[in-house]
Amino acid sequence: MSHSQHTEPKRSHEPIFWGLFGAGGMLTAFLTPVMVLVTGILVPLGLMSPEALSYERIHDFATTWYGAAVLFVLIALPLWHTLHRIYHGLHDIGIHRGRDIQQVVSYGFAFAVSVFVFTLLLQMF
Amino acid sequence: MSKRKPYERELPTDWWLKHAFYTKYMIREGSSILITLYSLILAWGVFRLSQGPEAWQAWLDCLTHPLSILLHLAVLVLALYHTITWFSLAPKAADLWIKGKKLEDKPIVIGHYVALAITTIVALIIVAAY
Repeated sequence: MSHSQHTEPKRSHEPIFWGLFGAGGMLTAFLTPVMVLVTGILVPLGLMSPEALSYERIHDFATTWYGAAVLFVLIALPLWHTLHRIYHGLHDIGIHRGRDIQQVVSYGFAFAVSVFVFTLLLQMF
Repeated sequence: MSKRKPYERELPTDWWLKHAFYTKYMIREGSSILITLYSLILAWGVFRLSQGPEAWQAWLDCLTHPLSILLHLAVLVLALYHTITWFSLAPKAADLWIKGKKLEDKPIVIGHYVALAITTIVALIIVAAY
């Protein structure tokens, strides 16, 4: 067997997804609890004024470039974390067939929802 | 068709229920499902926002349904569980060395909880400042 001195290592795409997983995990750890608290509990129960989530306020925010960026990151980034976990979780619960298709579907789902939100924010701009 | 018959070790589907360590692991991983659902609810909110004031109000009204409140309480509990596990892993990820000595785990974990408290309070102030 001959060993070439210039063999290029095969690059993995894992670091990209791992990076998004880490960033999404960080964001989820720090901000998801307070987001759920506000949108899912405090405002619906009337413990916080509905003014906090009024159409004018949220629409004005979503149509600024920084507001759109904040909303995009807050909604889309956690998905790159959770779908990474769900993809690896499929292995844990014994679903081994079609791993590459599972990967395409998992990250594809995160990508599709990201595009959905991005497009809507762009359209409102 | 391959005639090869590789040996596959049997794994019962409830393997993660027999050991608290694995159960906690699966709860952590499983929290992803509800957090995904929460992101989808928010993504839907952006869609309704783009449709105008009535659509946005309809989305807000949906969130007041008792089942929605229960769902969000469950999301909150699991999100907090994710936070706790994330912070307890943080020292392993950070691996900080100061003057040739590895920083202890405790200050890193406490630092994360302080940062969580600050971001939560700041977020609540921003949201409440209408």
